[in-house]
Amino acid sequence: MMKTIFTNPESLAPNITHYCPGCTHGVAHRLVAEIMDELNVRERTVGVGPVGCSVFIYNYFECDFLEAAHGRAPAFASGLKRANPELIVFTYQGDGDLASIGTNEIIHAANRGEKFTTIFINNAIYGMTGGQMAPTTMPGQVTTTCPFGRNVSDAGYPIRVAEMLATLRTPGYIARGAVHLPHYIVQAKKYIRKAFQYQKENVCYSMVELLSTCPTNWGLTPKESTAWVEENMIPYYPPGEYKTPEDAEDA
Amino acid sequence: MAKILMKGNEAIGEAAIKAGGLFYFCYPITPQTEVAEYLARRMPEVGGVFLQAESEIAASNMLFGAAAAGRRCFTSSSSPGISLMQEAISYIAGAQLPAVIVNIVRGGPGLGGILPAQSDYFQATKGGGHGDYRLLVYAPSTVQEAVTYTMKAFYMADKYRNPVMILGDGMIGQMMEPVEFPEPEEEALPPKTWATTGAKGRKPNIIKSLFLDPNALEHNSITLQKKYLEMEKKEILFERYNCSKNNKLLLVSYGTMARICKTVIDELKKKKISVGLLRPITVYPFPYEAIYRAAQPAKVVLSVEMSMGQMVEDVERAVKATRPVHFFGRTGGIVPSPEEVADEIRKLVA
Repeated sequence: MMKTIFTNPESLAPNITHYCPGCTHGVAHRLVAEIMDELNVRERTVGVGPVGCSVFIYNYFECDFLEAAHGRAPAFASGLKRANPELIVFTYQGDGDLASIGTNEIIHAANRGEKFTTIFINNAIYGMTGGQMAPTTMPGQVTTTCPFGRNVSDAGYPIRVAEMLATLRTPGYIARGAVHLPHYIVQAKKYIRKAFQYQKENVCYSMVELLSTCPTNWGLTPKESTAWVEENMIPYYPPGEYKTPEDAEDA
Repeated sequence: MAKILMKGNEAIGEAAIKAGGLFYFCYPITPQTEVAEYLARRMPEVGGVFLQAESEIAASNMLFGAAAAGRRCFTSSSSPGISLMQEAISYIAGAQLPAVIVNIVRGGPGLGGILPAQSDYFQATKGGGHGDYRLLVYAPSTVQEAVTYTMKAFYMADKYRNPVMILGDGMIGQMMEPVEFPEPEEEALPPKTWATTGAKGRKPNIIKSLFLDPNALEHNSITLQKKYLEMEKKEILFERYNCSKNNKLLLVSYGTMARICKTVIDELKKKKISVGLLRPITVYPFPYEAIYRAAQPAKVVLSVEMSMGQMVEDVERAVKATRPVHFFGRTGGIVPSPEEVADEIRKLVA
């Protein structure tokens, strides 16, 4: 008799995704689904999708899902969770969604200590609309709307979301991982597990930023993209835990 | 039940609670802030949720989230804030969720002023945000009506799975009047099997307004349209005041302005000038047929509004050019006096 040693997580729908070759959304989806399985929360989890490449995320999970307006997922999730605190709620947002149009919503949801989890995909570019400059685009990085490279003297520097949210006084769990190489993936999964665990125990708001690739819009092969994350993003966006609820001043 | 003296904004808050609207999301803006202030104290007493959001954009998206959870939820704001909410309202309508939105209208455009106006009529009745959708819109003309229709709004929102708006004005919100809170009368509604409550023992529920396949999007829009046609058949409400075959002129007016028109009608009656009033209570769906009929005995029709002329376009559509339709209005927070309206009527019936 054969023993199953690797299979699709129950929380992940057995559908083919629309993501480009080499894109790491699939890895991020799988990590979240694995944690949902491991914490046995699939049947009470509701995901809130973004506007961006992962707008079809509701097709890829075996749980209830909602599609929010661009950037508004944290407000949406706040209303949902307050209306039904028994749910496990997570938002899944890209950098245009969370760090540009939705900065107000993410800061205030985190500051209120809303008991939901955010998975924040940072790939330094707008993917779905075809590679425009994001708030997280690296200095000098070429995109369709900064064809000569991001000029920090007029576009400012990339926003470090994890660091920014970690400054809030309200207890929270804020971490940054990456999903471009296996050892980072192992670490990212630990962060995601903690994020969902804190929510399950009704402790605090939690967010895990995941450095991700966009080979199509970066104009690189998947392998080159992995190297690009390592060389350009990891130094500017160091992975790690930026805040835990135990750090709180009144903990 | 004994009547109690209450400010319109507070009465709206209490009416929502009575109708089971226990999830409220808000952002302060004059002249509706008392709704929020009242509910900040009251919601904890009834086990409801009061949440002050970071913006009207967030408040309306919280509403979207609570509606998806299958809860009776509402928000309130005033004109500039309602403009910010149009994004979420469009999504809520597209995703076919029930929610109640209260607009205590102030003068516009832009930051405008803080005094009563009816200049959000187009926005409320013709869609407001992007896409093919409508709101069911009640326009109360007394604090008691604000109570009645706020309560009814929750039922209608659930019945049609569509956002419902209470279109008040600064006068309705700020005025104190004796009110009573009847027990809600509601017919049984089907369970909210579409709500995102966790996919336990069933397939996942997906709530969305994205349909990239044009056929699917058109199908969704046709589904919405069928609901609006049903509303047009079943939900039109209006009041006739002094309408008779002796009418020389028919007034069409709603909300606070209609109350003033009633005063005018009573005064003119003493001078043997017969004027009728057709007061839309639902401004969408609009009582086109009732206005057409009420207009026939009269020589002329006058739409009176606290705006520069918005509802008058629907009145013209209703009358179908069988009678001349005129407009009188003041705006910017100026409420026309009975004398001004009477003068306008005299000019037309002289």
